[in-house]
Amino acid sequence: MSLSPDEVRHVAGLARLALTDEEVAELAPQLSSILDYAEQVGEVAAEDVPASTHPFPLANVLRPDEPRPSLSREDVLAGAPEVEQDRFAVPRIVAEEG
Amino acid sequence: MSATSTAALLEGETGAWELVVGLEVHVELQTATKMWCGCSTDFGGPANTNVCPVCTGQPGALPVANEQAVADAALLGLALGCDIAEVCRFHRKNYFYPDLAKNYQISQYDVPLCHDGRLDLDVTTDEGEQVTRRVGIERLHMEEDTGKSLHVGESGRLHGAEKSLIDYNRCGIPLLEIVSDPDIRDPETAQAYLRELQAIVRTLGVSDARMEEGSIRCDANVSVRRPGEELGTRCEIKNLNSVRSLGRAVRYEARRQIDVLEAGGEIVMETRHWDEGRGVTETLRRKESVTDYRYFPDPDLVEIHSSRAWVEQLRARLPELPAASRARLQQAGLSAEQAATIVAGGLLALHDEAVAAGAEPVAVANWCTGEVTGQLSSAALTPAEAGLTGAHVAELVALIDDGTLSTKLAKDVLAGVIEERGAVPPAEVAEQRGLQQVSDEGELQGIVDEVVAANPETVEAIRGGNDKAIGALVGQVMKATRGQADPKKTNELLRAAIEA
Amino acid sequence: MAADVTLTGLSASELAQRLRDREVSALEVAEAHLERIAAHDGVEAGGDEWVARDADALGERDVHAYLHVTAAAAREHAADVDRRRAAGEELAPLAGVPVAIKDVLTTRGVPTTCGSRMLEGWVPPYDATVTERLRAGDLVALGKTNMDEFAMGSSTENSAYGPTRNPWDLGRVPGGSSGGSAAAVAGRLAPLSIGTDTGGSIRQPAALTGIVGAKPTYGTVSRYGLVAFASSLDQAGPFARTVEDAARLHALIAGHDPRDSTSVRETAPDVLGPLREGVEGLRIGVVRELAGEGYEPGVERAFADVLERYERLGAEIVEVSLPHADYALAAYYLIAPSEASSNLARFDGVRYGLRVDAATAEEMNAATREAGFGPEVKRRIMIGTHALSSGYYDAYYLQASKVRTLIARDFAAAFEQADVLISPTSPSVSFRLGELVDDPLAMYLNDVATVPGSLAGIPALSLPAGTAPAPDDPDAALPVGLQVMAPLLRDELMYRAAWALEQDLGPLAAPTGPSALEVA
Repeated sequence: MSLSPDEVRHVAGLARLALTDEEVAELAPQLSSILDYAEQVGEVAAEDVPASTHPFPLANVLRPDEPRPSLSREDVLAGAPEVEQDRFAVPRIVAEEG
Repeated sequence: MSATSTAALLEGETGAWELVVGLEVHVELQTATKMWCGCSTDFGGPANTNVCPVCTGQPGALPVANEQAVADAALLGLALGCDIAEVCRFHRKNYFYPDLAKNYQISQYDVPLCHDGRLDLDVTTDEGEQVTRRVGIERLHMEEDTGKSLHVGESGRLHGAEKSLIDYNRCGIPLLEIVSDPDIRDPETAQAYLRELQAIVRTLGVSDARMEEGSIRCDANVSVRRPGEELGTRCEIKNLNSVRSLGRAVRYEARRQIDVLEAGGEIVMETRHWDEGRGVTETLRRKESVTDYRYFPDPDLVEIHSSRAWVEQLRARLPELPAASRARLQQAGLSAEQAATIVAGGLLALHDEAVAAGAEPVAVANWCTGEVTGQLSSAALTPAEAGLTGAHVAELVALIDDGTLSTKLAKDVLAGVIEERGAVPPAEVAEQRGLQQVSDEGELQGIVDEVVAANPETVEAIRGGNDKAIGALVGQVMKATRGQADPKKTNELLRAAIEA
Repeated sequence: MAADVTLTGLSASELAQRLRDREVSALEVAEAHLERIAAHDGVEAGGDEWVARDADALGERDVHAYLHVTAAAAREHAADVDRRRAAGEELAPLAGVPVAIKDVLTTRGVPTTCGSRMLEGWVPPYDATVTERLRAGDLVALGKTNMDEFAMGSSTENSAYGPTRNPWDLGRVPGGSSGGSAAAVAGRLAPLSIGTDTGGSIRQPAALTGIVGAKPTYGTVSRYGLVAFASSLDQAGPFARTVEDAARLHALIAGHDPRDSTSVRETAPDVLGPLREGVEGLRIGVVRELAGEGYEPGVERAFADVLERYERLGAEIVEVSLPHADYALAAYYLIAPSEASSNLARFDGVRYGLRVDAATAEEMNAATREAGFGPEVKRRIMIGTHALSSGYYDAYYLQASKVRTLIARDFAAAFEQADVLISPTSPSVSFRLGELVDDPLAMYLNDVATVPGSLAGIPALSLPAGTAPAPDDPDAALPVGLQVMAPLLRDELMYRAAWALEQDLGPLAAPTGPSALEVA
């Protein structure tokens, strides 16, 4: 399938990437040709085939409800670009949650 | 049990409307650790102290599911009459938000752990009629909570904030989402549903379910339609901080939608914010295009298989549920209201213990719903925190029955027991504090004689037929005994003295 | 102290033997490697931590295998191993042997960039399980190696810090994404290294640099602390110059980890025990679909030679088919980007790494991601986001996941007929730097032979199988890799088959020629 520049911008919005116009122009044909190639999967008759997300059919990997030591606050905040009041600071949030 | 009975319709200018409500309730589990990591679930403390690579979404960190959380979720599902999925898994719900450490929430999607349950609710209609309403439960699924944002700026709210400060202590706490069918037809049923869910969750001990602390949260999907017609466009109401605000918001929203429709307008699918102070709902955001969450199976987690044996083990662990408890109490002679208060107020264990200790159920209930509830709530204590046991309540009732205590004195004794956090039993409190009733005739006779002698005019008035005046004399005896005189005996002795 | 340069030419097993025999100290071994890194890798040597020079300051003969060299920590650890050995302590088999770690595994206190500007300067607050296991085995970590950004690529040219060069020809790529780890071992800058493989990121660079590289059965090596590209495919594994060395390192890092839900509970297979059992009677399956069109003639000739050798060694050669293998690459390039689009969402300028300031949180996220990710990462995030989005999920992600099931079934059927399967690892020998950077799809075709096994989760390795000329240079002799694949949890079979061939071929000679890195 071919992706139009507007579709590229829509996907970039979902992926939260501020692509430049040049990038959009470059990506549209690149993504289109990759998707064209990937669409081959549609040639396989697989209606009744279960999807697999794992090589191994593991189940019920569970952890006992026992506390383990957490990281120190210093360690957690050490990598943060901006810290205020021992919290991760971000500029004002425009969108509503979820 | 009756099926959903017809709900009252709402009258508009142009005819009758039917309200349709579905509720989405989130319950925060009170497990010791978070859903995917071993961090403690306490989040009241200093910011970013119960956090680790997993719950702060550090690159490379991986989730491992909390066994207890899965069991709690299934237990609640069973209590709600749900089926437990034999196989389910976790999906990622992808959206960007700073309080979501990975920018996706691990949740469940096409196959939730529990589905197709129900809740039967006893509701009193506007006309005062008692009816039972059944509300279907579409699904109960497991997910994780987000962090908390502190909005810094003039308003202190999200809007108008200059920046937001994120604390991930709450991030990753196990959360259950319980979605009802759109079976609710009036605000009272919506409130009853939420209250009953709260009671069940507390009975199971899986959450303290405190709305004011956010450990149970409720969103309401509200629409109206003409009776018998297709479902109308719904609005989702958020920020419902109490059972009361749920009722108010649903009532307001129904009326708003009817007004819009009757004025020829259309309902827009949107999320609305309940403003408790002003008593109105307001547009929060439009839902023209549904958010594309790009759900897909989380490749970091594996399937949950629920064997029949495991489910039956859990089922066997189910305690008596609130509805059954209420029915049992009513059978023992309690009023519906008393039964409801005892169950919802967390007093069932206290009541049952007291009865087991030999006290009469109705007398216990009167104490539990009256003085015990009053004193505990003014002290902001649970029975356990107050050290109050069923044995204490039974003893109080017995002390009243045998005349050792008057009702008034018994209240003081209860206060004493609570003061001592249950370390001193009622009889001892009464004795230590000299609160026993004076019913010794000799002692009381002396006081009565003094009072009669000191009030000749009153005595004359009584003799002259003013029977009510005896109250003043009783009062004087009480005063002289610091309230400990047995009122019945005092009365008898006074009459004897006056008639003599 | 004058370091013994010949130490860098020894295999890990030989080094371990000499260390045990106290012929050499761990400190001397570490020093020899550090000296060679200082001479050939383009790092600012000196001080406790050596950092790779900026891409534009690198020389044309700098391998640039390392991004960060922990010189002081390596010396300290080596000295500690020596002290404990001197004190008579019982040490792990590879104690004192140096190792290099791909910069996608977290190392507490040591920068971990994933080859990205996004994580420039990020110092993880915790160790990956693999890192812990290496430390527990007393391997001396020399530093972190270069890679394609977030492990996306087949040439290491997608590193934000400049490409790694192939020691066989410094004008060519070492493959990728674990190109730094492969080049370090091939260039004698480390005897052992750790890479990660999602669609071939260990096997293909091993093939292109003439060394051994193995992707263990999915789930046998913990992914905890492996910065995720595609979680259902990522697996860390060993690089070494001999099959035995690779097996030893494999044995050290494999094992159950309760911190990884996808970690298999079975005991990891014993890859060392049956190593020398030979291939007599072993059924070796040649995969029909992983040959022919698209494979360079030199690669095919080397593969034909391998078949003859195996037959001579007593193996039974059978032809097998993986009917859906032709769709593997397409499925892979939907599944891996889909997972990546979600895995990389966490890089948003809030908790760690790069931030580009903006007026709102949303704009800050978008600007940070725009500036922090390189073109290939953006491409894959875009493909994956699209493949998961409403209206496309069924045709792309879901259909690809079904094809994945069919491919796993194909392998299960093939392993009924054969004990191990073989194919060329890569359709080509090493290509020139810059040759494929502008053609993403052509670059993806490098993974055509490795991706099927990745989707099935089976163990697979690449070992040197002679040399071949390059299409653009008929006189060149560049390494060709043989891929050996084994059934799930039968990792020992691939080592056994590889070891037998290695014995027959003899070790691949060190790189030679004017374009090659000089190897003493």
